[in-house]
Amino acid sequence: MPKAYLTRRYMFSASHRLHCDEMSDGENRATYGKCNNSHGHGHNYFVEVTVSGQVDARTGMVCNLVDLDDCVRAEVLEHLDHENLNTLPEFADIVPTTENLCEEIYKILKREFRAAHLEKVRLEETMMNSFEYAGGAELRR
Amino acid sequence: MVYLTRKCEFAASHHYHNPEFSAEENRRVFGKCNNPNGHGHNYTLEVTVKGDVDPRTGFVMDLKDLKDVLNREILDAMDHRYLNKEVPEFAQQIPTTENVAIAIWNRLEQKLNMAKLHRVRVFESPELFVDYYGER
Repeated sequence: MPKAYLTRRYMFSASHRLHCDEMSDGENRATYGKCNNSHGHGHNYFVEVTVSGQVDARTGMVCNLVDLDDCVRAEVLEHLDHENLNTLPEFADIVPTTENLCEEIYKILKREFRAAHLEKVRLEETMMNSFEYAGGAELRR
Repeated sequence: MVYLTRKCEFAASHHYHNPEFSAEENRRVFGKCNNPNGHGHNYTLEVTVKGDVDPRTGFVMDLKDLKDVLNREILDAMDHRYLNKEVPEFAQQIPTTENVAIAIWNRLEQKLNMAKLHRVRVFESPELFVDYYGER
């Protein structure tokens, strides 16, 4: 049975402020620059979710896209879209950088999505930068 | 080892239907894609080959040869076609993006002797793509 990798792309908008309580004000400004603005700022994030598995001979699918869409919408987009990331429990103690956000999304989907194997989460904060997390594994080329 | 990727586009129609399923089951599993009159997409295909760079030419393989193979084996067969009715692989198999990627891999693997096929990536839309590396 052939194994394929399916990637789906979604969008959400959220605000955040990068600030570490353990650093002085000067150190926070030096580290995070504009992102340390106390009122926060926002992004349109694009998230790509890659799942893999054997292609089911009866359906021709790795998993039903409706199931993936429903899970990502309910568990990730509903949770993050039009929110201030700093107010969410995940970011009570960690800074909501795109690195940390990418890892959190991976953890949520790893826990909630069972219909295929979660390979990777790729998160674009802007068109110029993106982050990928595969549960700590090396990325497939 | 260098990886070379060539991109091309094709437009095709398809529908999803498994004759072993009841009508109700087909609608439940495949949703809108089960419409028997079909619907279409602009597909984008990215084919990645890998190999050592030839010291004389500086090429992994001649891009023109890759383009010719893609035109002959894939685009001539799939562009502006109804996949279920006009592409033999989909007489029996459902033309999902997964199966389109696998069919393209199988067609190219036999014809690409100049470099090793690494990955076939098929975008059904900018929001959905499938990668196939020949894993069975």
